[in-house]
Amino acid sequence: MSTRLDALFLKARAENRALLIGYLPAGFPTQQGCIDALTAMVEGGVDAIEIGFPYSDPVMDGPIIQAAADTSLRNGTGAKEVFATLEAVAKLAPTVVMTYWNPIEKYGVTPFLAQLKAVGGSGVITPDLTIEESAAWITASSEFDTNRIYVVAPSTGMERLRRVSEATTGFIYAASLMGVTGTRTSVSSSARELVGRVREVSDLPVAVGLGVSTPEQAHEVAQYADGVIVGSAFIRLLQDSSSPEVGLEKVRELARELSKGLIRN
Amino acid sequence: MSHPIDSNIIGHFGPYGGRFVPEALIAALDELTLAHEIALKDPEFQSELAELHRSYTGRPSIITEVPRFAQHAGGARILLKREDLNHTGSHKINNVLGQALLTKRMGKKRIIAETGAGQHGVASATAAALMGLECVVYMGEEDTRRQSLNVARMKLLGAEVIPVTQGSKTLKDAINEAMRDWVTNVETTHYLLGTVAGPHPFPTMVRDFHRIIGIEARQQCLELMGRLPDVILACVGGGSNAIGIFHPFLDDADVRLVGLEAGGSGIETGLHAATISGGSPGVLHGTRSYVLQDKNGQTIESHSISAGLDYPGVGPEHAYLHDIGRAEYRSITDAQAMEAFALLCKTEGIIPAIESAHALAGAMEIGKELGSEAVLLVNLSGRGDKDVQTAAEYFGIPLS
Repeated sequence: MSTRLDALFLKARAENRALLIGYLPAGFPTQQGCIDALTAMVEGGVDAIEIGFPYSDPVMDGPIIQAAADTSLRNGTGAKEVFATLEAVAKLAPTVVMTYWNPIEKYGVTPFLAQLKAVGGSGVITPDLTIEESAAWITASSEFDTNRIYVVAPSTGMERLRRVSEATTGFIYAASLMGVTGTRTSVSSSARELVGRVREVSDLPVAVGLGVSTPEQAHEVAQYADGVIVGSAFIRLLQDSSSPEVGLEKVRELARELSKGLIRN
Repeated sequence: MSHPIDSNIIGHFGPYGGRFVPEALIAALDELTLAHEIALKDPEFQSELAELHRSYTGRPSIITEVPRFAQHAGGARILLKREDLNHTGSHKINNVLGQALLTKRMGKKRIIAETGAGQHGVASATAAALMGLECVVYMGEEDTRRQSLNVARMKLLGAEVIPVTQGSKTLKDAINEAMRDWVTNVETTHYLLGTVAGPHPFPTMVRDFHRIIGIEARQQCLELMGRLPDVILACVGGGSNAIGIFHPFLDDADVRLVGLEAGGSGIETGLHAATISGGSPGVLHGTRSYVLQDKNGQTIESHSISAGLDYPGVGPEHAYLHDIGRAEYRSITDAQAMEAFALLCKTEGIIPAIESAHALAGAMEIGKELGSEAVLLVNLSGRGDKDVQTAAEYFGIPLS
């Protein structure tokens, strides 16, 4: 009982390197443009994909991802489009969906997991689902052999880290700092400390997200974490480029640069 | 219910309530839950709050009987609980003073708040000034334009007002932005949420701070009439004034509890804020309750002439009281509310908040249904000074 993502983390551990996980919201900049950009990421060296389910009230996201989600929602993105994107890219690399809870609740827990599985998804990241509200989710995601990925934060105490880790499969998403998604000039020192504390209570892989955008930062994080998650930096390239073609080339190039630094010293 | 819940966890109302928030906030919510539980049982805290209510808020708020208004409500006997006479002009101060005291107890120096019409923002800025706390208020850009007078009030009181330009630029987006600030600054900052929604402990804690409305009203009714009212009516946006007056009457099975939601242009038009009457169960802003949402679970924008009711969610305890049938929820259109607003002005010399006018319109409806034997208690949650411009435009009164 394991997913393609589980297998990939095992392989990376054997190779003494971290995985590069690339994020984009489905439907951004367009439905096809998102698939093209995720394809370019994988060509550049991204190991695993995280597709965002755009949501009207994304309280964990900073301005860059908020604006991208707005664009996507205006493009009419819903569950159907998220699953279509997933189906298109899951053959390229193990893929998970990141979504706030209400879209899953509205779709229905079991139908959501059934559809995710049917189109080749490996897991789901749920940033606002607490373990206290997870009873149905834990049962159902176990039945569908789907990774159940929770986010922990620097403010998460040891006892709670242990409980959240026990509920998690696949990998633990460590938020590098107290704050929302977005690019930062440096990776907070709280990230290394948090990963160290997770290691004390769990053998699961740990991936670090929030504020990682440059090859230097990715290299730094790769020294102590099993995965490096980059989102806003890719979105900004797509937003700022003069044409879709230029954007795709820049995305491919950033993925290439980021992936160079993932081997541990 | 397709989503069983862990019954060991407090903060649930049947299937509603709970916590749907980033893990980063859990420690702060636990700290707040504990501080609230300790304060509830601490005589020192309770007497400090009671003294503030006596000498600062102006409690107890009085009961006013309105016979001339009642002639338009089937001749029923109508009593108003005058929360409009509180300092800052609404019930909001009850919760704000309680949470500001808790903030000090937790050793935090900064509060943030969201506001729609500006009433909760003004109350928060007031409490911050009183207690020497830094105060930042998030307000949708659209609302800062509609309620520029309240923006100026908050600034005079020393608060910083940050216009929110994301999304629909209204209350829902102000809450999103406040939550982002809180995630970032949670160590030094308390989020002074203004209604009975949000993650646990807010629905319980805010209710507890507003229960004083119902506790006073219950005693006042007994003193005045030797009996309890037949019906209690209150407007419901997030639902804080309603739960405050309802809660102490929950065990009085003969007392009907009626919440009046903002029906906007009418539920059938889709332009409304009647979350229970026109929405469905879902998760918004950290709690499971009724939500206005589309087939993908995206929040739908609400519409109401009353900025204070213009919210696509509702407190989880109301969702529960609705489902078990202990309280009933009706919707009142903009037009009905404005008719009741004008009527109270002209028959009783009281300018109500447009929010509260929804409850008055409900009294007109139910009074006619029950006839002259009935006694109706209406929570007049706020005064209408802030709404003079909106009302003048609505009734075509020129402003020079």
